Amino acid sequence: MSTQITETETESETETEEQPAGDAPAVQQRRRMEAKRARAEEEEAERTAEESALDGETYTLKVFRYDPEVAGKERPRFDEFVVPYRKGMTVLDALIYARDHYDSSLTFRHSCRQAICGSDAMFVNGRQRLCCKTQLSDLSNPVRVEPLPHQEVVKDLVVDMQHFYDQMDAVEPFFQTNDLPSGLEEQHQTRENREKIKMSTRCIWCGACQSSCNIAAGDNQYLGPAAINKAYRFTMDEREGEDVKQHRLAVVEQEHGVWRCQTQFSCTEVCPKDIPLTKHIQELKREAVKNNLKFW
Amino acid sequence: MHEHDVIVGGGGGAGMRAAIAAHEEGADTAIVSKLHPVRSHTGAAEGGINAALRDGDSWEDHAYDTMKGSDYLGDAPAVETLCQDSPEETIQLEHWGMAFSRDEDGRVSQRPFGGLSFPRTTYAGAETGHHLLHTMYEQVVKRGIRVYDEHYVTRLAVTDHENPEDRRCYGVVGYDIKTGRINGFVANKGVVVATGGPGQMYDHTTNAVANTGDGAAMAYRAGVPLQDMEFVQFHPTTLPSTGVLISEGVRGEGGILYNSEGERFMFERGYANNVGELASRDVVARAEQTEANEGRGFEDDSVMLDMRHLGEERIIDRLENILHLAEDFEGVDALEEPMPVKPGQHYEMGGIETDENGATCIEGLYAAGECACVSVHGANRLGGNALPELIVFGARAGRHAATRQPETAQIRTGPSAKTEDGSVESPVALGEVEAGSDDVAADGGALLDATPDAVVSRAVEREGARVERLMERDGVNHAEIRADLQKAMTRNVNVFRNEAGLKQALRDIRRARERYVDVAVSDPSRTFNTDLIHTIETRNLIDLAEALTLGALAREEFRGAHWREEFQFRDDEKWLKHTQVAWNDGRPELYYTPVILEGEDGKYEPKERSY
Ligand SMILES: Cc1cc2nc3c(=O)[nH]c(=O)nc-3n(C[C@H](O)[C@H](O)[C@H](O)COP(=O)(O)OP(=O)(O)OC[C@H]3O[C@@H](n4cnc5c(N)ncnc54)[C@H](O)[C@@H]3O)c2cc1C
Ligand code: SF4
Ligand code: FES
Repeated sequence: MSTQITETETESETETEEQPAGDAPAVQQRRRMEAKRARAEEEEAERTAEESALDGETYTLKVFRYDPEVAGKERPRFDEFVVPYRKGMTVLDALIYARDHYDSSLTFRHSCRQAICGSDAMFVNGRQRLCCKTQLSDLSNPVRVEPLPHQEVVKDLVVDMQHFYDQMDAVEPFFQTNDLPSGLEEQHQTRENREKIKMSTRCIWCGACQSSCNIAAGDNQYLGPAAINKAYRFTMDEREGEDVKQHRLAVVEQEHGVWRCQTQFSCTEVCPKDIPLTKHIQELKREAVKNNLKFW
Repeated sequence: MHEHDVIVGGGGGAGMRAAIAAHEEGADTAIVSKLHPVRSHTGAAEGGINAALRDGDSWEDHAYDTMKGSDYLGDAPAVETLCQDSPEETIQLEHWGMAFSRDEDGRVSQRPFGGLSFPRTTYAGAETGHHLLHTMYEQVVKRGIRVYDEHYVTRLAVTDHENPEDRRCYGVVGYDIKTGRINGFVANKGVVVATGGPGQMYDHTTNAVANTGDGAAMAYRAGVPLQDMEFVQFHPTTLPSTGVLISEGVRGEGGILYNSEGERFMFERGYANNVGELASRDVVARAEQTEANEGRGFEDDSVMLDMRHLGEERIIDRLENILHLAEDFEGVDALEEPMPVKPGQHYEMGGIETDENGATCIEGLYAAGECACVSVHGANRLGGNALPELIVFGARAGRHAATRQPETAQIRTGPSAKTEDGSVESPVALGEVEAGSDDVAADGGALLDATPDAVVSRAVEREGARVERLMERDGVNHAEIRADLQKAMTRNVNVFRNEAGLKQALRDIRRARERYVDVAVSDPSRTFNTDLIHTIETRNLIDLAEALTLGALAREEFRGAHWREEFQFRDDEKWLKHTQVAWNDGRPELYYTPVILEGEDGKYEPKERSY
């Protein structure tokens, strides 16, 4: 069965975002599953057609390789690994297979293998994806695996995430509130408000969005979608006071903040956690405008 | 050489909570972690955090449930501390902004969980751990706590006094994964080990690939006993193809299990007549395995978990994450069809023996989180009791490491707590393979009363030599050894155990150890050498697997998660005691310490556990 978010699905996602909340997630879920099924069937048909030509039991990975330190590997190149296929195999499974059976120096980050640690975002068949969440059967064979674009490559598929972390740090990514209740008393939060920030809290810091963003690629100081989304998470949290909100808006409104976003949706398209990033950025723009109006 | 007051090894929930607590005590604190903190496996926790927050609930009830759930192998002082501190620690998270699910009145929501007499599991959707981990990291950033991420702690710097209780820990050795540099980290006040669980011992596990039990293995070789390792929790609902976990929250909300004959077997076959699917995890896991073994399973030896009847709204509100997991990793639309599930390795109840302040028998060395065993879970952990353990004992360990409070603990640790020698017949030699090899010594520097700097430098030197050796020689790839070890553990040290199987496992582990003598790293690079990291991890898995299997073979009874074919009853007369395995001169030594059933007001009387 197909699992990756296809182009068409992403579009339908964007559409549903404009719809009122309510039962939208269930509808979305259905739509996703339907699209998946259709696509899986389609691909299955395609594959069966191709299978006479190809070896149906294997996938070929074309993997980007680079090691600054080892003679003969300091020039980037692509290595090919032919991996036996079993049902349900993900790109991550295939990489692990290649590493454990063919070349133990093949290097990539991974840990949770369930789309929650955010460490295995890579550029797979021309698109940012989490390898653990991407079924081989969703991809055309051979599968091209490259490190995330626009980030410095440390080795093979590993990129330097420091810049991403620095951008996250720049938005003061921690809760700030003026009136903290004492002792065991809770800070009440309405369900609606939690619902509002819910999607923004799902970010796993994988860096896919940042890597897909043209603006971020051209402007190193641009906060980028993930950091702005983090700012959104707190700005919209009703438990932070009004003056903290002003401060947060000032942060995202700075020169390399929200106004750089040109609403290209590439971040929203690649985000493996389905966070409506562009929409969040737009909302912050609106808040910032409203905010400025107040002082006129 | 880096120098701080407190060094925390591991940046998961326990490690970060420890670091924050140490920092609050005014200590200059650093986290040294092989993954960036937000990549830690705490992020995968789904179900929630148990805390007695509401009217009608009390910490005493929580403690009672926990003692019962533990099959009376928990230590009462630890269990009571957990239950007393958990409300405050949970609300602390809420005050730090954690996005808990909310009730109509704006308070945090709570839900029922297996083995609990009150719905006291506080949660954030079905992704509680993710929120907890990120909230905690936010606080680490806020406080400016130094994080050395992608630094792999390979060794503890401990003096080599004859008696482990005279030893001192002065710091750790950290391998900078990005550059290949081996650095010394001196801890002026204390080291907290918080490196998480060892799930990678098994090939079907809910645990991350990074969960290789490094800290427990290092502490073990440095002289701290491992306690109750034979108690491994197998979670009843993991997806068959990957081991990805389907939260107990599904059953908590009313999810139903059935077999291939369409029977709701938990009731219909009498496994738990009162609470059915909500029985303790060990009970449900065994029930499923029995169904599968007796031919009433679905393919892949699984059973079905159905939540369709809960209704879309409830599912989306409370279990949305489960929809995504079932969809992405099993190709199932859980709104439309049931999910196949089977038991998988999930949690190690045992670990580094500590007292209720996180202290080990080695001065200056503390442990918290899944790598530690303060003995709150005993023979079986209740769902939702690990996250409170992280925050409660993480905080205590951090605080104590920072202040060296001479507070006396009720739980005693180390060899002097021993009351009884263990005896067990092993079919093979255990421990070191080559006499006089590096493996024999404690993990630290071979210096008795030297300065902290000297002990750490010595440890760095020895680590350098080890890495050099691994990189230079040719030999076996660790991946082969690891795969064989995982298979051996899954085959014979699983939900169901018997003497012959456990002995076979010891033979297989021995073979892994012997082959490991020839292990070699073939990647010659100093940059991001994961080959090297995995090779070192594999050694840790071997040591832990051996200690675990030894304890399991010795424990001739059926308690909690430890089921023995030959011994189908709980034997309180003989076995109301903790297993300790200590690395002594290169060999595992087995002994026992008593369980403490004496609580603040009264004693927890062992009763039959029925659900
Ligand atoms: C899928 C899943 C769901 C769960 N759900 C729940 C739940 O709902 N409720 C509940 O109470 N419990 C749950 N648990 C259990 C609980 O989440 C874990 O026991 C707990 O999160 C472990 O936290 P930790 O801080 O000890 O370890 P981890 O979060 O694993 O962190 C370990 C840290 O140590 C670092 N590390 C490891 N080795 C080294 C080394 N050699 N050097 C340096 N750093 C190192 C890692 O990088 C990581 O940062 C769940 C567990 C799993 C696997
Ligand atoms: S917003 Fe989405 S794509 Fe960007 S870092 Fe977070 S999870 Fe990854
Ligand atoms: S391995 Fe953790 S997100 Fe893919």
